[in-house]
Amino acid sequence: MKGYGGLRAESAGRPGTGRAARDDPAEPPGPVLEVTDLHVTFGAGAGAVRAVRGVSYAVRPGEVLGVVGESGSGKSVTSLAVMGLLPPHARVTGSVRLHGREILGADEKTLSAVRGGTISMVFQDPLSALTPVYRVGDQIAEAVRIHRRVSRRDAARRAVELLDLVGIPDAARRARAFPHEFSGGMRQRVMIAMAIANDPDVLLCDEPTTALDVTVQAQVLEVLRRARRETGAAIVLITHDLGVVAGFADRVMVMYAGRPVEAGTVDDVYLRPRMPYTAGLLAAVPRLDAAERPVPIEGAPPSPAALPPGCPFEPRCPLAVPACSAAEPALEPVGSPGHLAACIRAEEIEAAGGAPLAVRPPGALPAETGAEVAAGVLPASGVPPVAAGVPEEPGGRAAPPPRRDREVVLAVDGLVRHYPLTKGTLLRRRIGTVQAVDGVSFDVRERETLALVGESGCGKTTTLMEILRLARPQRGTVTVLGRDTAALGARDRMAIRRDLQVVFQDPMASLDPRMTVYDIVAEPLRTHGVRRPGPRVRELLRLVGLEPGHAARHPQDFSGGQRQRVGIARALALEPRLVVLDEPVSALDVSIRAGVLDLLADLKARLGLSYLFVAHDLAVVRHLADRVAVMYLGVIAEIGRVERVYAAPLHPYTRALLSAVPVPDPGAERSRRHILLEGDLPSPADPPSGCRFRTRCPLFRMLNGAEQARCVGERPPLRMLDDDHAASCHFAERSGAI
Amino acid sequence: MAGFLFRRLLNYLALIAVATSLAYALAATALNPRANYEGRNPPIPPAVVDARLAELNLDDRTPLPERYLRWASGVVRGDFGRTVTGGSVNQDLGRRIGVTLRLITAGLLLGSVTGVLVGAYAAVRQYGPFDRLATGVSFAVLAVPTVVLANILIIAAVWFNYLVGAHVFLVSGEATPGMPGGFAAQAADRLRHLVLPTLSLSLGLAAVYSRYQRNMMLDVLGADFVRTAMAKGLRRRTALVRHALRTALIPAVTYFAFTFGALLVGTTFTEKIFGWHGMGEQLVNSISANDVNTVAAISCFAALAVLAAALASDLMQAVLDPRVRMGADR
Amino acid sequence: MSVTDEELAEQREAGNRLGAPSRLRVVAGRFFGSFQGRAGFALLALMFLLAFAGPFLGRWSYTDRDFTAFLAPPSADHWWGTLQTGADVYAVTLRGMRRSLVVGLLAAVVGTTLAAVVGAFAGYFAGWTDRALTWATDLLLVLPAFLILAVMSPLFASGQWPLFVLVLALFLWMVTSKIVRGVTISLREREFVHAARFMGVRPTTIIFRHILPNMSSLLVVDATLNVSAAILTETSLSYFGFGIQPPDVSLGSLIADGTRTALYAPWTFWFCAGLLVVTVLAVNMVGDSLRDAFDPASGRGRR
Ligand code: SF4
Ligand code: SF4
Repeated sequence: MKGYGGLRAESAGRPGTGRAARDDPAEPPGPVLEVTDLHVTFGAGAGAVRAVRGVSYAVRPGEVLGVVGESGSGKSVTSLAVMGLLPPHARVTGSVRLHGREILGADEKTLSAVRGGTISMVFQDPLSALTPVYRVGDQIAEAVRIHRRVSRRDAARRAVELLDLVGIPDAARRARAFPHEFSGGMRQRVMIAMAIANDPDVLLCDEPTTALDVTVQAQVLEVLRRARRETGAAIVLITHDLGVVAGFADRVMVMYAGRPVEAGTVDDVYLRPRMPYTAGLLAAVPRLDAAERPVPIEGAPPSPAALPPGCPFEPRCPLAVPACSAAEPALEPVGSPGHLAACIRAEEIEAAGGAPLAVRPPGALPAETGAEVAAGVLPASGVPPVAAGVPEEPGGRAAPPPRRDREVVLAVDGLVRHYPLTKGTLLRRRIGTVQAVDGVSFDVRERETLALVGESGCGKTTTLMEILRLARPQRGTVTVLGRDTAALGARDRMAIRRDLQVVFQDPMASLDPRMTVYDIVAEPLRTHGVRRPGPRVRELLRLVGLEPGHAARHPQDFSGGQRQRVGIARALALEPRLVVLDEPVSALDVSIRAGVLDLLADLKARLGLSYLFVAHDLAVVRHLADRVAVMYLGVIAEIGRVERVYAAPLHPYTRALLSAVPVPDPGAERSRRHILLEGDLPSPADPPSGCRFRTRCPLFRMLNGAEQARCVGERPPLRMLDDDHAASCHFAERSGAI
Repeated sequence: MAGFLFRRLLNYLALIAVATSLAYALAATALNPRANYEGRNPPIPPAVVDARLAELNLDDRTPLPERYLRWASGVVRGDFGRTVTGGSVNQDLGRRIGVTLRLITAGLLLGSVTGVLVGAYAAVRQYGPFDRLATGVSFAVLAVPTVVLANILIIAAVWFNYLVGAHVFLVSGEATPGMPGGFAAQAADRLRHLVLPTLSLSLGLAAVYSRYQRNMMLDVLGADFVRTAMAKGLRRRTALVRHALRTALIPAVTYFAFTFGALLVGTTFTEKIFGWHGMGEQLVNSISANDVNTVAAISCFAALAVLAAALASDLMQAVLDPRVRMGADR
Repeated sequence: MSVTDEELAEQREAGNRLGAPSRLRVVAGRFFGSFQGRAGFALLALMFLLAFAGPFLGRWSYTDRDFTAFLAPPSADHWWGTLQTGADVYAVTLRGMRRSLVVGLLAAVVGTTLAAVVGAFAGYFAGWTDRALTWATDLLLVLPAFLILAVMSPLFASGQWPLFVLVLALFLWMVTSKIVRGVTISLREREFVHAARFMGVRPTTIIFRHILPNMSSLLVVDATLNVSAAILTETSLSYFGFGIQPPDVSLGSLIADGTRTALYAPWTFWFCAGLLVVTVLAVNMVGDSLRDAFDPASGRGRR
């Protein structure tokens, strides 16, 4: 495609929003950063990877441009190319103008003068992006001293100021700490402080919140907003999270296979998408605020080394026509001014007036195909498809009997898991006890999904590992299928392992890379004495939607979604009754995620499975779980039916958590009230007395002295407040006040 | 904290004790001091030999546990017994220890510093001419065993001396005995003796270190924090020296503990071939001379040296790496 | 969701990768794709050929003495000259090389196997197993290997070289074992190992089925580099008379004899020293290229 400088400033003005700091709304200033027809190629010849193919955009002071794309869409490479930070073997062409001055291909002297000065960057992973051996204060001071002639002492003072600005408490003392002594959110604040040290005009943020928890993400976005106010910088926000962009950006550019496919104001793109990929992506995001199930986009993005000749989205596009594969469509204006889309049918879509992909394509519903597969395949294995005793409804779709009549498959009561906390490698000493899980109780009944949600460090993974160990817990009891794990002999434990299976988060890490898919799926069968697992393996692969003919391949030869399907097939091999899902979709791209979620929901209904589902993403939970337990710092804050908890959360933490999840809808996101939690998660080695949430609780601050004393002194029990809805807060009834 | 340090030192002590005892037991079983007295002319009467061996605690007719106990009770008091010639092992090794330490220090400093610098520079200019040259040379050096290298150096020095018609390099001993002249002349003489052994010891070390440092450096070159440093506005060179090299030094320090054993062996060969009267030379000699007590004492020294090196490398790591110092074990 | 449609799409995508080459072929391709790998392999093959087929070409056997030629320079009769004893340098050198190669190879294989098993068990089981095995490893690290081997040398009298190989291997494995232990500890927490454990697979099975195969690259490279380490140790020991005992010869004992006459009869030193250097060089080149081939990130083109 030719360099279409469409996303230029003149076509992108959004007067009257008042969200960007502008001196004179009547005459918008020229762009600070202008990227035109940027191309990046790695390697040469037949194996060349064209990572970026013609990106153009411009941003003006104070403006926020969101760049959205899935992994491999070239969005991060673009920003590194702008900074001139790509490795030397990358070939970069096009133009990057900063204040009208060309910086692409400039010599190192020029580049290092603008980097960190006029234009600076916030990287994704703040742990690896900070030098581990220097104090954070010194690292920020270094950034100051590179661009300004100031004394060491002044630079150090400026560093403390900056740390204070980004909201690091006790900045003067914390400036002397090393990066590893900070939490992820604090580290990202340090990165931002470093990036704004010299009042940059442009701030490139590459997935600045991806590695963070939602409540921390909300804090960091707030810091970015403040940074923009302070410096008046233009921000380019690169992310895969449509929700973050909806609430933060003025304009948005959607990238696919190395080039922009749609661009425009946030409202235009989100509410009136004109490119089928954008529409599909929006429909594929699990949403917190809508009950509709997300709709997957079929297939996977093309490999950048082997792009189809025409529209790169053609293999996956439900609206594709033969003309689509003729030539790559250019990014052209469509509809309202400043709205651009790269689709030959954009005009038609515009005329039809809607996003065509928000509905499931007819005839592809999992209920139908699923039932066929189930009917055709499962009886062939010669075993009843569902656990004995439970009659299968036709198609597995009918509502199960009421909860209290169903068997309890997993009961956890007062579970405790503490770790010793040691310090020092050279002089190791025990300095405390990490109370990872401290008295957790819940149960899972037949054919139901319980989600365990919480942010990192809340103890959800530890809980899961304790259950899977099938051994005596430190305190409390774990009962799996009616058997107390503390009293299990080796043989019983082996028998229970048949019925209790697990699907892990990262499908790449959970499948042995040295084994073929056949051996991976056959391993549980062989371990439990099945001599010739062949037919069953084939049947399982078909069940999860994989081609049995691919059984001889290695996991590396599959895409992420397919790999997770292999993991699911392995978990189902022994016909378990309870499957533990450890963040099964969080490592997958948005467009693929929905497909795996659909498969899980479908399998559950057909095979009568029960799931214990551990996740941090509340939106995903909403669409898979029946009940949800919210964990905070080793205890359960709230538990109940999903609809109830999401509609009327009782615990202040649940409220804050739900409000922090960004929604991919600009209107809704702007008007929503966000409860911003302050501070970091306290150390689980030294949890607050009484209520563990009190140090960050917004309700706590509204209470009077006597009430506060109760929060400090008395640990709130998990109180049943409604039918199957309990929360551990003394004042849960008043949580609506926040 | 003190408890941990104490346990660790106790563990070291146990390791040294067991290692030395094992070495003693092995030497006392495998070596045969009696052979030293056989085939003499005139033959020495067996009774005299027995008495002499018993005096030195080397009598193979005394049961091993008994000999061990007598030896061990001496060691506990700091006495490593007698050599086969009747001298004190302590005195003999005390004289030699300085020689060995001088050689090791010179070789270690030259080798590690050269190696680290060469490796770091080669990594920065990966696949440049310097990198290729350094890689080629280090491969060649690594393929030459110390014994061969030392001999090649001697041959080359003899040839060079012959060529220039003067004794520029001296290939035997640490200093010329009875050398006249003032301090300057003495120093020059020592230097001329020192060059070749140091080279023979440090070349291999430098090659190993340059390969290792090159790999470590390559690992951090692509690290995110180097990119951050450049995004701040540092030039590539400055970013590499200030951020990459500093971080890449940490594993090199850890590596030091692993290479120390090999360094000791290299010292042994170098001393023996260049005729320095150090511990290494004595090691080779004592085995040929069936000198059980000296062998055990040298094992003790070697064990001590290896553990000291391990401790030193841990300490240096703590100095260089705040993550170890503060120790946030996550 | 439509399983069938996605299947189609994925198949199409998989079509691009069809014939996904096996890992072995990828590694071999990368190995032979590098000059260093090709050169190292060719040199090593040549050395083996020379050591095992070379003696048949020569006219003299390594036990023969030519009493008409002592310390004679290379000639048509004695290609590489003769020693002081009248032995043919070509014949004895190849004989010595054969012994050195065999000793080096065997010691490396035994040593690396030991390292893999001890390291993996220590890392996987933690607790007392770990403490005991680590202590034993430390003990052997602290014991001066050269000294022990030298002291035991009288036991390796003629014909006992397999014992020598075993003892040599006993001092080769410690550092590798420590690395293996470290890798095992990190692999143990990997999800596929968890998966196997939660499936009910037995620990020893997990070690041999999941843990060790996943560090095969490390082990192969290490074994290769151990070959050169073993050859070098053997040579040095034999140089001082503590290794292979006469009448058997190895490169080390030949070099020791050669150094005495090297100044005026260079052929007695340079042929055996040269072959030794070339052999070790070839082994190291193969090892280094293997490392790059297994892990492309360690070599060129990191992103
Ligand atoms: S050009 Fe064709 S294939 Fe591409 S998005 Fe538009 S309709 Fe779909
Ligand atoms: S108990 Fe108190 S501190 Fe805890 S959540 Fe309720 S109001 Fe907040």
